[in-house]
Amino acid sequence: MEDVQYKMMLCDGVSCIHNQSKELQSAIESELDKSGIRDAVSIHLSGCLGMCNKGPILIVNPGYTIYGGVGSEDVPEIVQSHLVEGKPVARLVIEEDHLYNRFFRIFGDVDFFGKQMRITLRNCGVIDPENIDDYLSVRGYEALAKVLCDMTPEQVVAEVKKSGLRGRGGAGFPTGLKWGFTAAQKADEKYVICNADEGDPGAFMDRSAIEGDPHTVIEGIIIGGYAVGATKGIVYIRAEYPLAIKRLEKAIEDAREHGFLGKDILGTDFSFDVEIRLGAGAFVCGEETALIHSIEGARGMPRPRPPYPSVSGLFGKPTLINNVETWANIPVIILDGGEWLSSIGTETSKGTKVFALAGKVHNTGLVEVPMGTTLREIVYDIGGGIPNGKKFKAVQTGGPSGGCLPEEYLDTQIDYESLAKAGSIMGSGGMIVIDEESCMVSLARFFIEFTQDESCGKCTPCREGTKRMLEILTRIVEGKGKAGDIEKLERLGSMIKKSSLCGLGQSAPNPVLSTIKNFREEYEEHIEQKKCRAGQCVALLSYVVNDECVGCGACKRICPTGAIEGTRKEKHLILDEKCIRCGQCYDVCKFEAINKV
Amino acid sequence: MTQIVNEDKKNELYAFMDEVSQERRSNSYLIAVLHKVQQLYGYLPQEVMDQVAEKMEIPTSHIWGVATFYHYFNLKPIGKNIVSVCMGTACYVKGADKMLLTLKKELGIEIGETTEDKLFTLQEARCLGACGIAPVMMINGKIYGELDSKKTVDIINQYRKAAQTDIE
Ligand SMILES: Cc1cc2nc3c(=O)[nH]c(=O)nc-3n(C[C@H](O)[C@H](O)[C@H](O)COP(=O)(O)O)c2cc1C
Ligand code: FES
Repeated sequence: MEDVQYKMMLCDGVSCIHNQSKELQSAIESELDKSGIRDAVSIHLSGCLGMCNKGPILIVNPGYTIYGGVGSEDVPEIVQSHLVEGKPVARLVIEEDHLYNRFFRIFGDVDFFGKQMRITLRNCGVIDPENIDDYLSVRGYEALAKVLCDMTPEQVVAEVKKSGLRGRGGAGFPTGLKWGFTAAQKADEKYVICNADEGDPGAFMDRSAIEGDPHTVIEGIIIGGYAVGATKGIVYIRAEYPLAIKRLEKAIEDAREHGFLGKDILGTDFSFDVEIRLGAGAFVCGEETALIHSIEGARGMPRPRPPYPSVSGLFGKPTLINNVETWANIPVIILDGGEWLSSIGTETSKGTKVFALAGKVHNTGLVEVPMGTTLREIVYDIGGGIPNGKKFKAVQTGGPSGGCLPEEYLDTQIDYESLAKAGSIMGSGGMIVIDEESCMVSLARFFIEFTQDESCGKCTPCREGTKRMLEILTRIVEGKGKAGDIEKLERLGSMIKKSSLCGLGQSAPNPVLSTIKNFREEYEEHIEQKKCRAGQCVALLSYVVNDECVGCGACKRICPTGAIEGTRKEKHLILDEKCIRCGQCYDVCKFEAINKV
Repeated sequence: MTQIVNEDKKNELYAFMDEVSQERRSNSYLIAVLHKVQQLYGYLPQEVMDQVAEKMEIPTSHIWGVATFYHYFNLKPIGKNIVSVCMGTACYVKGADKMLLTLKKELGIEIGETTEDKLFTLQEARCLGACGIAPVMMINGKIYGELDSKKTVDIINQYRKAAQTDIE
């Protein structure tokens, strides 16, 4: 069976038999004999493929070309053109082969997946990520072969430019342009880096992509290396992702063994290898210049740009750095064409985007949608809406660098510009749904606490400014806010944005500014009325037992601090000075006998 | 006994540093070496750092500068069980702060500290990638999801019990 080059699958379901698939089979067999390629093709019968109205169905692999309505008279053309010359017969193809089709075919009728378009995640859940043969069976490393055999580096860069792909790490810089800049540099050594630091605390797209399909990312990196003239690739990945690291290591080893990495790849004179470097838990190391310092073995401090890494990056050499998801798009662009990718999405944002959907929403998980999908479609159609009959309040995108968008922005289309215009950012893909039980001031404080903690301390606006913002927000949620605090936050925020050294500081005030813009009344309530409408700010809240209490004792048993007193079958009492406002009594009470006031 | 074990650890660390020294720009592997130290010792002991400094010919001050910059490295000995409470956004929105409060109370320690009996070290984590079952904590790499305070305390008690039976 070694020399079988094509596998044909013929549907022998009832409808297709009715449409004469039997006759078709003998026609194919005799045509194959005539062309003398009988041994290079194997014919299999498959069960019903569910496309009965288009029968008889014929599938040619590799490539998963699906022909429909094939008659015996078409057979000579298919054999000659497709099997001998390698060109599928376009007029009979009923489903074009795009890499993502396979995922759709398997899971397309599941509601959660139906509205999605899985391009970069096309193999996740479909193949065994630790088995390179599985990857090869879904046209793995075919893009690499195509690039090395049929394309010049300039053509590869041009194809990526044509796709309109923009960086998925957050900033959305046009990928083809970046590749072009790096390729244009003259240097004895260049590097390619995959940014898998994934710092947004509430996002796990890159981790899942690597865990589910590491070879796609590696194939993308090798192609990038070829396009810009690098000999070495580095994946910088968080140490907190042990499984992803293990899968990457295995994938790199297997790719080396198969000759996709190392010296003279696939018999060409292109040599390239990939190495893994671990991060060590610093958010700022996701920023490209800080990341480069970290790989060099130093503290991960950013530096001013220019020079950009494409001119002077790792060890002072021209360096191409892209995000995991950006890399995962590359094999698709090569095989399906840049033009095809650019046919998906909006005017300014092409292709798909992966989001990690979480928070107060029914279906949580990874979601890959075409650009231009609205937030509402993600939250309600894919996410299934808000659980427990609660009311939607906001959706947060972009993590600590992003913003919170309320109800009136739900019909915003996902693309870089629209989200920015609405007051948030695309970010790397975190998407947290927030319901009425979350306090927006606390949430803003949560993010500032994060960025303040992660600020590397190199520049003053970010180091000191975020600290001052945190102090003000802390006093507001503690009920000690003063008149003028909101304005102070706005002033500080806009100053930090303008004067910080790197993207961390430049975006750190965003969660605060966007919540002030969209939820100003919540800030005012905290400051003026010492009230938190979400009932989350513990200092502004006490728990009291009302007359519904039947004295069941459930609250008393669960209270971690012994703050509840009462005899059985009698109304209980919460001791305010002992109460830590953990809310467990409130949650456990079956009689709605506890009020938050 | 511990002497021998420590000797083993030292040999493994030195073997790793030898391997790294073969690479070009070997000093850039400092962080990888620190990871190795932490993997072997659970934290970065001062005397081991001095050994690293000597072997890699990097000033100790630079090594400490790097080690203190990254949250991942423990500078103090850690307990038998590492409890990491996820304080990522999804977990936060689902009440992780309450869970943290419960744990601090239950263990009687703050973040970054270790209990007196050396059984638990409490840490804060940022998104463990299990947002779908938030709030989440991880004990020695095992994920516990959909927590409430009672569940959290129950889990801690299981580890206490396990340690008790170990001693017996
Ligand atoms: C504070 C900060 C954190 C960042 N974190 C990440 C990250 O975790 N992953 C990532 O891919 N890019 C991150 N970036 C963006 C990178 O600096 C860089 O733009 C990106 O890796 C480029 O790849 P792309 O063009 O494919 O997006 C971060 C930027 C800043 C300022
Ligand atoms: S935010 Fe806690 S697991 Fe993601």
